[in-house]
Amino acid sequence: MITDAIIANSPALLVMIPLIAAFACPFIGRISPAVRNIWVVGAMVLTAAMALLLAGEVLSGGTVVYTFGASAAGMSIPPDSGGIPVRIVFTVDAMSALMQIIGGVTGLAVILYSIASDRRHTGLESYYTLYLLMIAGVMGMVSTGDLFNFFVFLEILSIASAGLIAYRIDRGVAVEAAVKYFVLSTIGAMVILVAIGIFYGEYDALNIAVIASRMQFTLLDQVALVLMIAALGMKCGAVPMHFWTPDAYSMAPSSITAMLVVASQASLYGLFRVVFTLYNVTLNAATVGWIIIVLGVLSMVVGVTMAIPQKDVKRLMAYHAISQTGYMLLGVGVGLAVLGNQSLLDAFGYVAMEGGIFHIINHAMYKGLLFLTAGAIFYRIGTRNLNRMGGLGHNMKYTMVFFVIGALAIAGIPPFNGFASKLMIYESVFMFNPILSIIAMVVSILTLASFVKVFHSIFMGPRLPEYADVKEAPAPMLIGMGILAVVVVLFGLFPGVVVDHLIEPAAQALVNQGAYISAVMGGV
Amino acid sequence: MKMSKIVRTGANILYPFVLIFGLYIVLHGHLTPGGGFQGGAVIATGVVLVIVANSYEAVTGMLQKVVFKAQESLGLLLFIGAAAIAITLGLPFFYNFLANSGSIFGLSVPFGPNHGDLNTAGLIPIMNIAVGIEVWGGLTVIILSMLSGLDRKEA
Repeated sequence: MITDAIIANSPALLVMIPLIAAFACPFIGRISPAVRNIWVVGAMVLTAAMALLLAGEVLSGGTVVYTFGASAAGMSIPPDSGGIPVRIVFTVDAMSALMQIIGGVTGLAVILYSIASDRRHTGLESYYTLYLLMIAGVMGMVSTGDLFNFFVFLEILSIASAGLIAYRIDRGVAVEAAVKYFVLSTIGAMVILVAIGIFYGEYDALNIAVIASRMQFTLLDQVALVLMIAALGMKCGAVPMHFWTPDAYSMAPSSITAMLVVASQASLYGLFRVVFTLYNVTLNAATVGWIIIVLGVLSMVVGVTMAIPQKDVKRLMAYHAISQTGYMLLGVGVGLAVLGNQSLLDAFGYVAMEGGIFHIINHAMYKGLLFLTAGAIFYRIGTRNLNRMGGLGHNMKYTMVFFVIGALAIAGIPPFNGFASKLMIYESVFMFNPILSIIAMVVSILTLASFVKVFHSIFMGPRLPEYADVKEAPAPMLIGMGILAVVVVLFGLFPGVVVDHLIEPAAQALVNQGAYISAVMGGV
Repeated sequence: MKMSKIVRTGANILYPFVLIFGLYIVLHGHLTPGGGFQGGAVIATGVVLVIVANSYEAVTGMLQKVVFKAQESLGLLLFIGAAAIAITLGLPFFYNFLANSGSIFGLSVPFGPNHGDLNTAGLIPIMNIAVGIEVWGGLTVIILSMLSGLDRKEA
């Protein structure tokens, strides 16, 4: 009975649990810090469990539709509305489920890590409140089947993220990064709102499925598409709209940076959702596909070349994050470019998309892991400057192992997960256009070179006198990193299982616009 | 810094009326233009009024930031709690189980033009009240934070 109710309401609980936990956090925090920690970790465990439960439900039983405020959750179209879903609807398909798993797992790892890494700071009630709001924002963004709702959750996410980026004021530098992020996010959100307004004026609807079923691809729709791609591309940090990323990623606390990666992925999800579900074959697939491919290639090349000269370890990783986002855009862009041509789609389009989507989850795991290791190092030695580090491998053995796992995964070395998704991208993109594939491989080699340098300057060399009594990172931080490292290794060892059960349904869900529409509209 | 006695007295007299007006907008959110956010913002401007007329210290002695912070969280919890009750009744999140139920805010609305009955609309007025409490607290905290910076500079 109760389990049935939980499963039936899991899309709502996914957003409700973090929201309740966030709003109660200031009260709970007054009891004692220990109780507060149990409260926030418990809430996050429940949210992650809910994400996994819902994902299992979606992957076994198809798209889940949850209607807020209706007399029954599945009743997306009220009987007296004339066939229009007027209520707020959560439409959770395989792609959403994948993103929810990313949010849940990373969120759990990060909050365990935060318990130790931010223990010494003040204002932790607000920190955890904003953190849980961030989780709610991510979960809402990837679940919602309503464009205006998407905007609302995007704003929740942006405001919470901006507050957390500024959390360590750091003589005002972090505040500057937060203001930059906040201004750009707000501009992006406003641009999205204009696009939503265009859709609303044109199709009298905000529900993604309704708009998709009525899509004409008029001039106005083209304007809206440009606005959406520009704003969401900026939010996910694609070159040439990437300039907020290094500042925000490097100045936020490391735990938050790992979560910001997930936030960027949620924007990337929004981009794919708009292009595939909202427009699908109505748009000129080759042109828009190539635009996304060009964005991806630019991000890959510019990101990695900017990363190489960096001396701040987190700034360097932030540029690598831009570069890795390029792979996802490349893979899914190739899939989009051949959309509508079934033979090409079967030949390499699906594999390219699966590679790109697989890279989303892989990137969230290994990049999160890398940012957490950078945070552990900062926690112990208090600097992010690579030139002042050295010989830490003697004292921080576990952190070093986690860093090596993350670094090899990002460089695409087997048997780690980065290799699995990058191989899929290389092979399929090679069939589409060999030059793109070669660029992708060169970028991977540069990534490896960059991380060899970072690894050497942080961990190798003789024990430095100033770091002689540096200790290993505390256990909760290691557990947080360990969760992500285990996922990285498992996904690298058994990529076939993951691709078959998680990634392929997600790619199919993106391409198959009709299934999304009929899930909400009931085959109308 | 203090304003003249006339301004201070005027502001102090106006303050309860601003409060009442704000609460009226909150409570009639489902009948008239306005609602929780607008009413909460009106109340918060009342706080600005007394701070501008009197001094920052005199007002913060009576109106404390921690109270407003608690109020903000309380309003949000009330809002999400009201939405969550539906789940415990076996209905979807945000289901308006109070509307037309005959209990509080539960009268059904007659068809056609009518003068508007406060005791209708179910959960909507409750959520308006929750948002009103939240915005009252939240905006006041923002105002107090902003004005505290200004005050210190002048002193």
